[in-house]
Parts: sequence; C-alpha cells; structure tokens
Amino acid sequence: MDSFLIITSLLKIVAILFLILSMVSYAVYAERRVSAFIQDRLGPNRVGPAGLFQPIADMFKLLLKEDFTPRNVNTFYYWLAPCLAVMPAIITIAVVPFGSTLFGVPMVIADVNVGILFVFAIASLGVYGIVLAGWASNSKYPFLGGIRSSSQMISYELSLGLAVIPIFLLVGNLRLTSVVRYQIEHGWFIAPFIGDWTNPWKWLLTIPMIISFIVFAIAIFAETNRMPFDLPEAEQELAGGYNTEYGSMKFALFFLGEYAAMITGSAVMVTLFFGGWHLPVPSWQGGFHWAFVDGSAPGWRGALGGLFNIATFFAKVAVLIFIFMWIRWTLPRFRYDQLMRLGWLFFFEIALVNIFIAAGILAFIP
Amino acid sequence: MAFTVPRPKLNWRERMYLPAIVAGLAITFKHFKNMLLGRTKVTMQYPEQKWDSSLPDYYRGAPALVRDEDGRVRCVACQLCEFICPPRAIKIIPGEIPAADRFAKVEKHPEEFDIDMIRCIFCGMCEEVCPEQAIFLRKDYAITGFTRAEMVHHKEKLLEIGGVMHGVVLKWNEKK
Repeated sequence: MDSFLIITSLLKIVAILFLILSMVSYAVYAERRVSAFIQDRLGPNRVGPAGLFQPIADMFKLLLKEDFTPRNVNTFYYWLAPCLAVMPAIITIAVVPFGSTLFGVPMVIADVNVGILFVFAIASLGVYGIVLAGWASNSKYPFLGGIRSSSQMISYELSLGLAVIPIFLLVGNLRLTSVVRYQIEHGWFIAPFIGDWTNPWKWLLTIPMIISFIVFAIAIFAETNRMPFDLPEAEQELAGGYNTEYGSMKFALFFLGEYAAMITGSAVMVTLFFGGWHLPVPSWQGGFHWAFVDGSAPGWRGALGGLFNIATFFAKVAVLIFIFMWIRWTLPRFRYDQLMRLGWLFFFEIALVNIFIAAGILAFIP
Repeated sequence: MAFTVPRPKLNWRERMYLPAIVAGLAITFKHFKNMLLGRTKVTMQYPEQKWDSSLPDYYRGAPALVRDEDGRVRCVACQLCEFICPPRAIKIIPGEIPAADRFAKVEKHPEEFDIDMIRCIFCGMCEEVCPEQAIFLRKDYAITGFTRAEMVHHKEKLLEIGGVMHGVVLKWNEKK
C-alpha cells in the first residue's frame, strides 16, 4: 500500500460522496419539478432562482426537526434501519468507473475483479433497511411494507442477476472497467454492432442485448422501489409503508437512500449498457471521423479529457434519472400479485432464455 | 349477491402492455414539453400577480365604514349590523352627538366600532341591513396580522379602508 494510492483513493471517496449527496438533493428537487411539469403544475419555484435553493431549505428543515422515537418500537433496529437503507446505496458506487483517468489516476474507487457481483451483493442488502424498518416500527402499515419489500426482492433479484449474464458472456470477466473498455472497442451494449458493423452476424447480438436491457431496467426499478413497483412505500395504500413511523433526519435518510439507490442504479445501468464514461466526439482532423477522448494525453489536454469523461458519465446518469422520474409519473403502481407474477413467470424466464440466445449467437458467429 | 366483473378480452398486443406504456410516456412527455415551452396555462403566481384589477364590483371583501361628502361618519350606531352579524364579529358602543354639533339631529354616532376580522365571514349581511348605507364590503381580501388583537379592525382602520362615499343617503343634509 503506497501512500499515493491511499491519498488518491481518499480524495476520490470524498469527492464522489459529496457528488452523490448533492446529486441526491437535486434529484429530489428535479423529481418535484418534473412531476409538477408533467402534471401541468409549477412545482417548487420560490426559494432562490427557479427554486434552486429548495434542497438546502429542505435539508435545514429536516435537520432542525425534533428527532422523535415512538415509545413502542424496537429502538435498536428502529435506529439501525435508516443507516442500513443508505449505506448499501452509496457503497455500490465504489466499483463503478465514473471516468477514464485524471492525471494518471483511474477514476474508479475500487477496481475489483468481481465488480458486478459486488454491486448485486451490496445492493441486495438495501432491502434489510426496509424490512427492519417495517419490523421495528411495531405498526401495521410499516410491517406490510416490510413484507412486501422482502417478497419483491426475491422476485426480482433473480432476473436482475440473470439479465446481465449475456454481457459478461461477451466481455469475459466481471470487472466493470473491462466492461467499459469492451464497449469502447466494440460499441455500446445497447447497440452492440456499432463497433463491428462490418460483421452482420454481430448485429444479431442486438436482440439479446435489448431484451437484457429491458429486463435489467425493470428489475432496477423494482430494486430501487421506484414507481411501478413502489409497493413497500405505497403512499395511498400503506400511508407511506415502511417509513410511516419515521420523522426528521431518520426519514430523510430513507429518502436519501431511495434516491442514492436510484443514482447508483442508473450508474450501473450506464456502465453496463450505455458505454460508461465513453462518448465519441466528432473530429475534423484529417477528415471527419469519431474521435475517442480520455485522460491519457499529457498536460492540460489529458485533464480536460478526463473531466469530459466524468461529465459524460454523470450526464448519462442524469438522463437515466430523468427517465426514472418520467416513468414514475406516468405508470400506475402494479398490484401485489401482478408484481410477483411478472417477476416469477415472465422476467425470470425471459432472462433465462435470453442467456441461451446470447450464448448460441456467440457460439456460432465467426 | 356476488357477481363477477366482466373482464375485457385483450389481444396479445394489449396483453404485452408495452405499447400502452409507450403511449402513456408520450402523453406525459407532451405535457412536460408544453410546460417547458411555456405553452401550458398555470396557476396565477399570487404575490407577484394579483387579480385585484379584475375583481367584480359585487366582490365581498373586508367590511368598512364610510364617510359622506361632509366628512361625517355615516354610521348612526343603530346596531342593526351588530345584531344581524352571524358570527358576532361586530361590536358597537354608541355615543351621543353633542347639541353644538353641525349634525346634532343625527343624535347618535358610534363611539367605538370594532370588527373582529378573525370572526368575520365576509357574508355581507351588515351591508344589506344597514339603513344608512354606512357599511360596505370593500375589495380588500388579504387581512393579515401577527396577533389576535391586530386582527380587530377599530373604527379608524375601518374608516381608512372605507374612504368617502358620495350620494345615496342625503337625509341628514341641512337643506332637507
């Protein structure tokens, strides 16, 4: 362990934590504005220009509220649950490459060789926060929310894991940086023929990749408890579900966890399907072609390239977050049995068959 | 008696849901886009934009006392409004007009005239019942205050809101 690695890692951790937290607060603001615009309202527009300081006002409100613990709760788990809801959502971002390199430092906190497994392992811990909150609150609506959350998780974790297997059949290992590297060379997985467009057999791969993407996206929606699948929360049926008994900062932590999960979910989706930090830029040096930008060039050009990659990554994440919100304010919630049916009878099978399709294509293409 | 709700037969396209989801997304995006382009009519932004100029003449805002052309408070302290007031928001203490006064023949005037604006329901019965046309509902609607005491409009405040009303009642003029 050299000190350079430790110091750069610490800097990256602090920077990414700060970035994620500010993104969370502005995602809440964006959610309110987007929902308002979709419903022909204006949304928060009072605090600061166009309401841009609203997250700060909200933060102060939540921090200054009385931290109240109801009498009949299981205090230990009641306090543990919000922490468990936030922690996994933020930790997952550690293995996601959010940029190429900046001054020679790779822009990923931990480039572990079990990348996607780490993501799934940690992300599925997030459900414990909700289940514990539901259990510890000692109240019927949170309890129902917790039960729903656990059954939702077992319905969706399977298809979530199976959906990404075709990608790793292509890439050959589980490291997320090599997933991005592969996409730079061969084209993004959402359209895997772009890099090798001369080989028409590769075009066939688009079919399993699109199926993969749809199943994965739907599973991510379920994993992050977003709208068509927000059964644990279900404001209308369960009065807020697992967080009914929570207030002030503990409630804010659940909120933060939900949005952080959304951001990390989008980040994983960007890494797996939308080429991570890669964005081809048009170039006119020696005729028109698509140039590749990263942080490897010396001096300020390299630094600019690295920053461009980071900006690209977070711009893609922001677009996906908008799509998350757009879908939330369009679709009604699924019924409980419909959700289980979808998870077990459709997406599990589709993901399973999809693996064989992808493997078949890979086995026969030259 | 229990009965089965008939479920419509869906074809495969409808059962896939995806076309319907895409159609729904298109609708919500249209609303989002129209809002961004400023094509959607939205709520009036109250403190910046007000509807004061388009209030109708019959608008029932805060009740107020008026003076006539001679500067006399029109109210003769008959207390009809105090009796009619459904929430009992009005309190009047009548007083005598001294004989030396120009309007001595009116005999009474309100020493105190309080309207509790917390109680007032803006019904306009005081205006309807007033035989002297002395109390009117004006167009002030934003009555605010930090304390309950502040929300009681005394005579001076009521006269200030009311201003001067010309004509209508001329029976106390000296010429008549």
